[in-house]
Amino acid sequence: MTTLTKQTLSHLDWLESEAIHIMREVAGQCSNPVLLFSGGKDSICMLRIAEKAFRPGRFPFPLMHIDTGHNYKEVTDFRDKRAAELGERLIVRSVEDSMARGTVVLKSADESRNKHQSVTLLEAIEEFGFDACIGGARRDEEKARAKERIFSFRDEFGQWDPKNQRPELWDLYNARSFKGENIRVFPISNWTEFDVWQYIEREQLELPSIYYAHVRAIVRRQGGMLPVTDITPARPGDTIENVRVRFRTVGDITCTAPVESDADTIARIIAETAITTITERGATRLDDQTSEASMEQRKKEGYF
Amino acid sequence: MSAIENIPAEIQDNGLLRFLTCGSVDDGKSTLIGRLLFDSKTILADTLHAMERTSKKRGMEAIDLSLLTDGLQAEREQGITIDVAYRYFTTGTRKYIIADAPGHEQYTRNMVTAASTADLAIILIDARKGVLTQTRRHSYLAHLVNIPHIVVAINKMDLVDYSQEVFDRIMADYLAFAARLGIEDVHFIPLSALNGDMIVDRGERLDWYRGPTLIDLLEAASASHVDHQESFRFPVQYVCRPQDAANPELHDYRGFMGRVESGVVAIGDAVTVLPSGRETHVKDIQINTGSLPQAFAEQSITLLLDDEIDISRGDMIVKTGELPSVTKQIDAMLCWLSESPLDPRRKYLIRHTTRDSKAMLAGIEFRMDINTMEHQAAEKLAMNDIAKVSFKLAQPIFADSYAENRGTGAFIVIDESSNNTVGAGMIL
Repeated sequence: MTTLTKQTLSHLDWLESEAIHIMREVAGQCSNPVLLFSGGKDSICMLRIAEKAFRPGRFPFPLMHIDTGHNYKEVTDFRDKRAAELGERLIVRSVEDSMARGTVVLKSADESRNKHQSVTLLEAIEEFGFDACIGGARRDEEKARAKERIFSFRDEFGQWDPKNQRPELWDLYNARSFKGENIRVFPISNWTEFDVWQYIEREQLELPSIYYAHVRAIVRRQGGMLPVTDITPARPGDTIENVRVRFRTVGDITCTAPVESDADTIARIIAETAITTITERGATRLDDQTSEASMEQRKKEGYF
Repeated sequence: MSAIENIPAEIQDNGLLRFLTCGSVDDGKSTLIGRLLFDSKTILADTLHAMERTSKKRGMEAIDLSLLTDGLQAEREQGITIDVAYRYFTTGTRKYIIADAPGHEQYTRNMVTAASTADLAIILIDARKGVLTQTRRHSYLAHLVNIPHIVVAINKMDLVDYSQEVFDRIMADYLAFAARLGIEDVHFIPLSALNGDMIVDRGERLDWYRGPTLIDLLEAASASHVDHQESFRFPVQYVCRPQDAANPELHDYRGFMGRVESGVVAIGDAVTVLPSGRETHVKDIQINTGSLPQAFAEQSITLLLDDEIDISRGDMIVKTGELPSVTKQIDAMLCWLSESPLDPRRKYLIRHTTRDSKAMLAGIEFRMDINTMEHQAAEKLAMNDIAKVSFKLAQPIFADSYAENRGTGAFIVIDESSNNTVGAGMIL
């Protein structure tokens, strides 16, 4: 904790305070918000921030996960456990349900479902009438995100219009929207991956086990490692290796790759992060490398 | 805290500094930012590799550092910066947030947006061109938004043979007009963003310059809006009433949640609640479930009071004897941000701290020509116009002048027909 005689906040305290302020603005301005919680490290930080923002009261929003059906069991188990510990309501909506309804149509059976989360998310927003979705995206993740507002307006199709964003001044956030539209809110916009790890350590936050080094069967493709799972089986000719790895980011199995690592504690992960030479998305997100503008394109289409 | 391997267990934490870079299109602003990130080793291998590829594709020999900040597709196509981009780097002792504001005339609103949260502004001047209209405009805006520190970076010194004479002449030109604007705290640095001279490293070609490097200045600058003792201002964001049937202790719990905009508050302090004017004392200051003896500017806290007073979002808790002005009429400098002009016949919504009020324009005293610094008469305001105006409000707000207190002196104007943020105001 900050020493109270010295009247400036440490950088983590400042970032935390800003995030709490943002969450309380959502609670104060929006009538039906929701917090997106995947069980990933960024959204785990978000839950701690929500506790600091609203305890001893309950969260003024439910938690929601858009499940592609292709998530690691360790992560979805953790998701359920954490929501139960907090005593907060967890809504899960599934891309597979959208596929059954026919609103998501895959080009092929093994196409990544990651980008189709947008459809299920928009369906859930409509189903519950959410006017704001709080998410754990950060500006340091990607070029298009670096230009997104903290309160980011989306039209009825969930589209982001990067050239027509609301000006955002001081700490005066404008969360107003008409029925059918909604606002995406990113309380940890100003955090970097390193800040997230430092916060996890300081707050001693529990993480799904796959964030720590473990031995996993992988194959190597396109210079990256792909875990061998039921959903991503080895192809004929692949060499399966057992490698000590950890995940820097967890998401859909088909597009989230681990990195080689011996880091089995938060302190070791922080040490590795401090000297790492590859960005988080570059190392681990197979979906962002397709084109330079791919994130911007997906956000325009309603992606988080 | 456990020891971190390979890193000293206790890194000195000098907090966080937010700064803004502004300059004309070709002043090398993106290159400067790229250089800061590059020299502080924030750019990682894969990003560097992608930049190398793109630079080659565009026929360049060296890596084009400006590629780092050109984020949107349209920007890459046009080779310009459209919107404010935020970048992050750390020196180990301090974390920095850079707001990169575009330099084009039509994007004044983006510069005001970026400036509103900045502690420091870096104004870039091309050493070959000297002080331009745009330099004056950026300086005026930085001053208008009351950025505490201004650094004038005279860039591209490599293209004027690192000449001290050129540097001195530009400095004299700048000081002449800065004095007219009332800008006091200015530092001048000669540099070459392209070659990295005087940014993190001093280089070997600017021996005649004895002042600090850019990074030294950034490390030393105070985030000054938390430095001086302002009056305690606590706009209430949200009221926590858990009313948990299972926990009778919480039955009477009423926590007033918000962020301290300015000043300090301690348990036992006499406070006044606005607009009711009711007086009471601070019973407890909480963060999460813990209790603090006192809290200061920028901390998000929960206040508990001795007496049961009806308080809701939009109210403000202040120290008794340090009251802001409670007013339904404000004079302000207004920057218009919207493509649809300010219409004097229409009602708008003003958001000030956590409080909303309907508002009507009472008059435009003058519009500022930010190229000539002349005052002009005006009936309407168009996008990027800056004017001195007055508003009449339906509800009182609890305000200080912007010069005294950024948090309680600033407001935004919202158009209820579009819900857009259309204006940014600074109370005089």
